[in-house]
Amino acid sequence: MVIEARTRREMKIASEDDVALVRRAVRALAEAHRFDVFASAAITTATSELTRNVWVHARGGVALIEEVLDDERVGIRVTFRDEGPGIDDIERVLAGGYSTAKSMGLGLSGSRRLVDEFRLDSTPGRGTCIQILKWHPL
Amino acid sequence: MRGSIPILRMGETLLATVHVDLHDAVAEAFQTDVLTAVEKRRTNGLVIDISGLDMVDTYVARILAQTGQMAKLMGTTTVLVGMRPEVSATLVRMGYMMEGVYTALDLDEGLALLKRLCKRRR
Repeated sequence: MVIEARTRREMKIASEDDVALVRRAVRALAEAHRFDVFASAAITTATSELTRNVWVHARGGVALIEEVLDDERVGIRVTFRDEGPGIDDIERVLAGGYSTAKSMGLGLSGSRRLVDEFRLDSTPGRGTCIQILKWHPL
Repeated sequence: MRGSIPILRMGETLLATVHVDLHDAVAEAFQTDVLTAVEKRRTNGLVIDISGLDMVDTYVARILAQTGQMAKLMGTTTVLVGMRPEVSATLVRMGYMMEGVYTALDLDEGLALLKRLCKRRR
């Protein structure tokens, strides 16, 4: 299985308004690929949670939105990168119900449950990188 | 941002239709507008129609639940109506619990539920 990125678009996350802009870009892509409403809501909502996290915790970062392909599927992959405080206890955060700042504590754990692939890299004091992917049959 | 979510009064019932992104400024204005309207005249219930929302993340869900909790402290029952199937599925899969508000399928069902709840209270 070879994953190939067909298009990529990088968007800055520099204000609260960008949360809506990034989310809208992802929804437009999901609709263009005829994701059903459930899959589309899932990737859009996960994107909203994670973009908001970047804004609330790191006060800025980038979202990279990619259209990816393997042999039989098309997918939307979104990568969120920031140079914020990082996550101290990743396992605890992924277990959910853990909240700092003003998020609900379900942002990370909930987003993970909405997508097909989820990757998290974080170094305290250096930043966080989270990648999500949602597939759709071609 | 104030007033960007219309709140209509029908007798003792308030109807708010949310169709725009509830980000910080809009959400705060919405909560203030609702509470001001509740205080002004005798209000039995508040119906919040979210059929126009194609996405509700935990942030928006929390704003809606909080608004219901605030209205409740002032003696008003809140019914959330019109949640789309994909929105409901997404919130449950994330593990979000909507607390402090009643829910109904659509506006008609919501108004009927409110009527029953008010009758029971008297």
